[in-house]
Amino acid sequence: MANIRMTVNGRQVSGVCDDRTLLVHFIRENLGLTGTHVGCDTTQCGACVVDMDGQSVKSCSILAAQAAGSTITTIEGLAQNGDLHPVQEAFKAHHGLQCGFCTPGMVMTAVDMIRRHGGNLDEETVRAELEGNICRCTGYHNIVKAILAAAAEMGGSRQAAE
Amino acid sequence: MGVEGIGARVARKEDKRFLTGKGRYTDDMTVPGMKYAVFVRSPHAHARITGLEKTAAAAMPGVIDVLDGQQLLADGIGNLICGWMIHSRDGSPMKMGAWRPLANKTVRYVGDAVAIVVADSVAAARDAAEAVVVDYEPLPVVTDPVKALEAGQPQIHPEAPGNLIFDWELGDAAAADQAIAGAAHVTEMKIFNNRLSPNPMEPRSTLGIYDPGDDHYTCYTTSQNPHLARLVMSAFYNVAPENKLRVVAPDVGGGFGSKIYIYPEEIVCLWASKRTGVPVKWTSDRTEAFLTDAHGRDHVSTVKMAFDGNSRITALKVDTIANLGAYMSLFSSAVPTYLYATLLSGQYDIPAIHANVRTVYTNTAPVDAYRGAGRPEATYLLERTMETAARELGISPAELRRINFIRSFPHQTPVIMNYDAGDYDASLNAAMAAADWDGFAARKAEAEQRGMKRGIGMSCYIEACGIAPSAAVGSLGAGVGLWESAEVRVNAVGTIEVMTGSHSHGQGHETTFAQLVADRLGVPIDSVNIVHGDTDKVQMGMGTYGSRSGAVGMSAIVKALDKVEAKAKKIAAHLMEADENDVVVENGELKVAGTDRSVPWSQVALAAYTAHNLPAGMEPGLKEGAFYDPANFTFPAGCYICEVEVDPETGQTKIVQFVAADDFGNIINPMIVEGQVHGGLAQGIGQALLEGVHYDPESGQLLTASYMDYAMPRADDLPSFNVSTSNTPCPNNPLGIKGCGEAGAIGSPPALINAITDAIGHNTLTMPATPQKVWAVANAAN
Repeated sequence: MANIRMTVNGRQVSGVCDDRTLLVHFIRENLGLTGTHVGCDTTQCGACVVDMDGQSVKSCSILAAQAAGSTITTIEGLAQNGDLHPVQEAFKAHHGLQCGFCTPGMVMTAVDMIRRHGGNLDEETVRAELEGNICRCTGYHNIVKAILAAAAEMGGSRQAAE
Repeated sequence: MGVEGIGARVARKEDKRFLTGKGRYTDDMTVPGMKYAVFVRSPHAHARITGLEKTAAAAMPGVIDVLDGQQLLADGIGNLICGWMIHSRDGSPMKMGAWRPLANKTVRYVGDAVAIVVADSVAAARDAAEAVVVDYEPLPVVTDPVKALEAGQPQIHPEAPGNLIFDWELGDAAAADQAIAGAAHVTEMKIFNNRLSPNPMEPRSTLGIYDPGDDHYTCYTTSQNPHLARLVMSAFYNVAPENKLRVVAPDVGGGFGSKIYIYPEEIVCLWASKRTGVPVKWTSDRTEAFLTDAHGRDHVSTVKMAFDGNSRITALKVDTIANLGAYMSLFSSAVPTYLYATLLSGQYDIPAIHANVRTVYTNTAPVDAYRGAGRPEATYLLERTMETAARELGISPAELRRINFIRSFPHQTPVIMNYDAGDYDASLNAAMAAADWDGFAARKAEAEQRGMKRGIGMSCYIEACGIAPSAAVGSLGAGVGLWESAEVRVNAVGTIEVMTGSHSHGQGHETTFAQLVADRLGVPIDSVNIVHGDTDKVQMGMGTYGSRSGAVGMSAIVKALDKVEAKAKKIAAHLMEADENDVVVENGELKVAGTDRSVPWSQVALAAYTAHNLPAGMEPGLKEGAFYDPANFTFPAGCYICEVEVDPETGQTKIVQFVAADDFGNIINPMIVEGQVHGGLAQGIGQALLEGVHYDPESGQLLTASYMDYAMPRADDLPSFNVSTSNTPCPNNPLGIKGCGEAGAIGSPPALINAITDAIGHNTLTMPATPQKVWAVANAAN
């Protein structure tokens, strides 16, 4: 058994789990943060994407023990003081979600994508970057639209701040 | 329409919880004492079980119990059934083989459940499942439906000699034959409709809770129709009487048909909870989903389409073999019959149609409805044949369709359906304008200079939604009625709850249904809550599939609102000392028309519940229910145009543009409707370009059992879509709605294959049109 400590969504947390426990199961079962989802067994679908120490990771492809000591943000940690993150707002405004199951992974991936590319995203880049996230409901049309809109807004606001 | 009423692009009420990780899916549920289940599944496609040894597994750490099919049988749990009776043309009933929730004698496909392990953790249950020793005597295997009908093939069920389930027909064979014999031209084709896995992103999951204190069961499950699950588990599977069984389908992560059915796992987890005394949760992994979720399509057909000298269709004759897999799933028999052959007239006036459908058992997963269910198969067959005929006759594909369009309504087809309204020219014209059809030749020439082969293809589809009326479907063999129920409960403060038998698993009912109430009563949508998915809260319902929730589910709400409004007007008239016939509902108030007298909605609601001052003899309260049984199906239709570029060096197809022009009748929320079309198009394009379930024909092993092997459409496989609507209201329901959930998946595959075959100049191409296949066909043509 492993005794694991980490910082999740700004809080110090700890838990005991099997050595073989994946990070996604630790987040879901031990921490009760069920917004991070499991949609496949082969690290293809991206429903489990979280941010770990500033990097976007699929939490099904890493052991909880490997994540010990790290700082993690899950979908539950994105909204601040009840205000949706601009990416969350854009998904809502552009109908970028239907059943909602892939949505947490999509949003986390989009946040990371915009962080890396800033406001300079175009449709082709967004589609290429979404290669690791599968959605069965939306045909991606409105997800792409939402990410481009969020990127434009966040890029714009960053420029305004500079 | 108002900012939140019918026709407004209202952002979804349900989005906040999904976007913040607060959705509540079945696997998110935990209850005190809950344990975890893993199923022991057959590794063989066909085998006799000769022994099952579980002592060692049961003794492993953390294991509560290991239960098998003999115990399930001894406890009286019944067989899974198909709920739609089809008779063969000789009058004999369909040959349904026994499907045990846990196989106890014979396994018939890889993944067939044999035993359940309940343990403290999923990992412990998985370890123990590996330690259950099942002795199998392998039997010969057949996976191909055409081969399964040949003499000397393995016999899968003793009840179905020669693996034939039924041999059914619809239409007039003699009339069709006669027209074909006298035709100026006959187009003949062999059509394959590839087998697909629905793949909602949320894997199936169920939590069974037995309460010995009340001898009561609760089942949380990933269902599109929790009431139907309760009914079937109670009436046929002998799990528990309905009054002792609560079924809850909380947030459900997509269905596309695959979550209509009641699967072995729900039944077994409920039973195991009683057997073990602990709540039992099972969640499918993705490979289990590929193995055991009902698949879709899998038809092999031949078609003859006859034309007179003026290119008018005179007859259509179709022969189809449909693979139903190893067992008959809940609605499997209806899909290749009444949801397929009845749509073979398409948008065309065809005097004679005959269809013969044979359904077949094979050693593969059960096959049932998947987005469109029968209608994509009919549309693909018809629209591939129309395109081919146009090429053979030397007429433009648009012109051939125009020559044959139905233009007067109602129109009775020779295959049961009575089309109530439509304007097929309008959607064809809209699609051709949006696609700049006339500019294609120039675009093709430009592409040619870059060494690319450019092609364009169209598809004019029709579908039938909101299957009904109940008496009609009953006469065709359905085991259930296909009405819907609603209850509108106005609270004392004027807020409103709507209990609906429809179920939302991505469709946005919590928003669109609230828009209907807001439109009707002028109250804000935030004061309206839509309650669904729980048999303890909603009296009865038939769930969501076949694009029925707008046309049927919302119509039931309209009926309930009619009653609520009538009573509210009586109360308001009494309070204002006016005639109830003069009272109108506007902007959240009840007013005496033509005066400045009004009472707010909330005051009428409060008056109904305080009951201090009601009209003489009126019962207190403001809550009304209704059941709605439609008079007819609805008939959405449209035209899709796809333009592609094929790289002759690699066979790679790039979709340059995809245009969808639909007629959905009246629309509640255009944003949500567009989203439904986008998603349907992606699934149809997936079928045409990427997806296909493959079994090894010798061993019956599933070769496409993960996302590494089954090609799901990704963002970079798809273009942005050009969607629009030109609508004719449905005359048969109060809101004029036709439905939009399946259109994209129905209309898109033939448009795409017509475009690719146009590009490469060779018509023999099967789905999925992978680069390898396209390259081979294109080069064979040269």
